[in-house]
Amino acid sequence: MIDPTRPYRRAPQVALRPEPFGALVYHFGTRRLSFLKTRQLAEVVATLEDNADVDSTLDSVGVAPDQRAAYLRALAGLADAGTIQPRER
Amino acid sequence: MKLVDHFETGLDAPICLTWELTYACNLACVHCLSSSGRRDPRELDTAQCRAVIDELQRMQVFYVNIGGGEPTVRSDFWELVEYATDHQVGVKFSTNGVRLSPERAQWLAGSDYVDVQISLDGATAAVNDAVRGPGSFATAMRAMGNLAEAGFRDFKISVVMTRQNVDQLDDFAAIADSFDAQLRITRLRPSGRGADVWDELHPTAAQQRQLYDWLVAHGEGVLTGDSFFHLNALGSTPLPGLNLCGAGKVVCLIDPVGDVYACPFAIHEQFLAGTVRAPGGFTEVWRNSPLFADLRRPTSAGTCSSCPSFDSCRGGCMAAKFFTGLPMDGPDPECVQGHGELALATAGAPPRPSADHSRRKPVPVSIGFGRPADRACDTSPLAGMR
Repeated sequence: MIDPTRPYRRAPQVALRPEPFGALVYHFGTRRLSFLKTRQLAEVVATLEDNADVDSTLDSVGVAPDQRAAYLRALAGLADAGTIQPRER
Repeated sequence: MKLVDHFETGLDAPICLTWELTYACNLACVHCLSSSGRRDPRELDTAQCRAVIDELQRMQVFYVNIGGGEPTVRSDFWELVEYATDHQVGVKFSTNGVRLSPERAQWLAGSDYVDVQISLDGATAAVNDAVRGPGSFATAMRAMGNLAEAGFRDFKISVVMTRQNVDQLDDFAAIADSFDAQLRITRLRPSGRGADVWDELHPTAAQQRQLYDWLVAHGEGVLTGDSFFHLNALGSTPLPGLNLCGAGKVVCLIDPVGDVYACPFAIHEQFLAGTVRAPGGFTEVWRNSPLFADLRRPTSAGTCSSCPSFDSCRGGCMAAKFFTGLPMDGPDPECVQGHGELALATAGAPPRPSADHSRRKPVPVSIGFGRPADRACDTSPLAGMR
């Protein structure tokens, strides 16, 4: 689950490496490697912390309206995996 | 473009980088993939190793798999581990356990960025020590006990599957459970000294089926380093993993002297891409070496192109083919359809190794009476009394 009106961030133990297809994600705590399959999703994850909430992050990266639901689903999955996490306002 | 296609054409930096820090080893395992034993005098020194780590940090290589030889016999080993983790390069190192004292285990348990992999090739001392040498089972068990005692969770127990230990799979899993560790099993390759024992040690066809069924039953719970994708042709359940040969695409090896090879199982001049000592360092080799460019180009399935299983097994392991004298665009020597055995029957002689750091076998010389001298020049009557 993810609340798009709340502020989020990339988890501190997570590193992102941009790649032509999107990004590689590595979690140093769980030692698991995963993938972000678009460059835009990688940009969303990387800039969550610079924005007031998830909605405004999607706006600033320019996610198309018909893509928003899919992006929120993807972000919910990343929150479950511990890649991103809520941060204090 | 599917994700896996991106991997086929190569990434900006490797996902899985193995770095053998030394060819020196206290053991002399009969199947050693790097023919280790003696330290190479040209080994990268501490400063050169640090420079490699700096480069890995710039390339955002998340973690490096350190091996050898026995990496912990380097006097600067722990210092290099600390240097890497201080520079956002995680470390997983493989060891036979010789230096894993209770104190060292405590130190390791305190770091989030270090993972440990203990090599064990038998679930009993008899099976293990026949391959890894007398006392090696006890050393590994003691090291694992120290890690568990220190609270180090989920360290890896790494097993090379052989004809002698396939029947022990459940026992290995039980050992892993008893230490709160994770089991990792990998494929024996005819690389290094592995070529000398391949015929006696590699699993039989029936054992390959046993292994595949066991892996399907245990799913993601057991790690394999993607090394069994050649078994995918045995059934409709694909084993977890990328199902491709990652050599030069997502995988490579830096050896103790700084040479870069396409994969840890391919220490041979034919797979030598360059050296980290040259201008441009590792980055230049990874991104621009002609060998890696070649490995990232689509290849023909060759004699496998008419085989309906090719999409499952992808022709198997490059190193296994090369070191058994088979062509690159043909079946794996352990092809589950039996094409490998046919190919081997007509294959040429396997290539000779281009590097060997095995300790020279002592030549027993007897000059009539008494014990042989410790060394050829050792003529003192006190030889052997130290």
